[in-house]
Amino acid sequence: MPHLPAVLDLVLALALAPLLPGLVARVKALFAGRQGQPLVQSYHDLAKLLRKGAVYSTTTSWVFRAGPIVSLAAVLAALAIVPAAARQSLLSFPGDLVLLAYLLAVGRFATVVAALDTGSSFEGMGASREVHFAALAEPALLLGLLALSHQAGSLQLASLLAGTRPLAPEVALVAAAVAILLLLENCRVPFDDPNTHLELTMVHEAMVLDHGGVDLAFVLYGACLKLWLWSALLLGVLLPAGLRTLPLVGVLGVLLVAVGIGVVESTLARVRLLRVPQLVATALALAAVAFILGVR
Amino acid sequence: MESIADRLMLLLILSDLALLGTRQLRRVILIAGLQGILVGALALASHPGSLTARALWLAALGLGMRGLLFPWLLRMVARRTDADSLDQRLQPYVGYGTSLLLGIAMLAGAMALGARLPLPASTPSGLVVPGALFTMFTGLFLVIARRKALRQCLGYVILENGIYGFGVAAVGEVPALVELGALLDLFLAVLVMGVAIYRITEEFDHMDTEKLDLLRG
Repeated sequence: MPHLPAVLDLVLALALAPLLPGLVARVKALFAGRQGQPLVQSYHDLAKLLRKGAVYSTTTSWVFRAGPIVSLAAVLAALAIVPAAARQSLLSFPGDLVLLAYLLAVGRFATVVAALDTGSSFEGMGASREVHFAALAEPALLLGLLALSHQAGSLQLASLLAGTRPLAPEVALVAAAVAILLLLENCRVPFDDPNTHLELTMVHEAMVLDHGGVDLAFVLYGACLKLWLWSALLLGVLLPAGLRTLPLVGVLGVLLVAVGIGVVESTLARVRLLRVPQLVATALALAAVAFILGVR
Repeated sequence: MESIADRLMLLLILSDLALLGTRQLRRVILIAGLQGILVGALALASHPGSLTARALWLAALGLGMRGLLFPWLLRMVARRTDADSLDQRLQPYVGYGTSLLLGIAMLAGAMALGARLPLPASTPSGLVVPGALFTMFTGLFLVIARRKALRQCLGYVILENGIYGFGVAAVGEVPALVELGALLDLFLAVLVMGVAIYRITEEFDHMDTEKLDLLRG
């Protein structure tokens, strides 16, 4: 089977993704001098939630029920596109980077619509914020990937990431933009605090307040996969060509990115919600500079 | 895209974007100073073949003034006028995030203009014209979009950085008299603006340029 390594990468991602939040939490605990939760805590949480039934409010419709399923399916499909350590991915064709951006957007849309369907003002607030930030984040991702694709001369994500030179200024700019987007899209600290349940300030958590049981398990698992996806993307941009062929470099690299996220979360404070768009605009500016430099 | 001049121009562009998006006045002054050092280094890096003692001396003088003297002067004015607490109350006409987005548009415009502007002499880097233009645009934009006199003064300094960067990189050899004259003008301008801002703040307890209209007799 020609795609065996790609299948293996995907299976590893599916199996190990719930490890990432535990790893981040463990690093944060280490910084704070605590022992921290077990590394496999997310697996326990998922197992617990999967055994429960779901409760639905009478104001919700099928849109609410479809939300977690569609967003999980979208992130699963997106994960098949992103190559691990820039090897061939399972779903690879010219132009797949556009599909990647849109799959992420579909997942976001499903979550937002499900949040609005509850009729709760908190979830509406979270949805409004999510869409507001996404309006800046999506062009940043596309511009950054297009800058790289112009440099590599390919619209295919795998060959595009394989063709990057790690020390080129454009690549450094795109990597910085992707790193900012990674923190934003996965609700990490400078943008959102994954620990808080304070409705006034949270973004993503506010949208999934009404999900329970199996649905919440889908949402949590989807978040783990999304973290894996963005970490793999950042790794693909940063990794020098010589290191790409090493065995297991994709998995180890992603785990290393998770450790990096933990360090960032431990050392940075959350920015005020009003200043979040400016931080996202910074990512957009970095990606735009890379793009303009590339096509000039 | 490999020469030192190219890297310096890229850093210049990034520093412009940082200036557009930075909120704290102290950091803005710091970045403006770094930018002064950057254009000073550009003067040395753009024509490495023809470095005379005179050119070195001029570049060092420019670098010292733009990179060290002006930031020090402006920081002193900022401290004396307690500008940080004023900062909280005086929002700029154009917000910082919007400034950043407009900055991207300005950069694209500068790139388009730079591509249409052929220079007779060989420039050390393809980024010289767009980078210098973008720095000028940024300076002008800061003069227009900010409300506090001190930030407008900073915009003027950045505008001059761009003109200087364009000059040294594109022309290279500037007559010493012209160079010294420009530096003296700039120094006087920053000094006078600094003193004026200080006096205005002393007298009226603010440096909101919008209210300067009221002073007309």
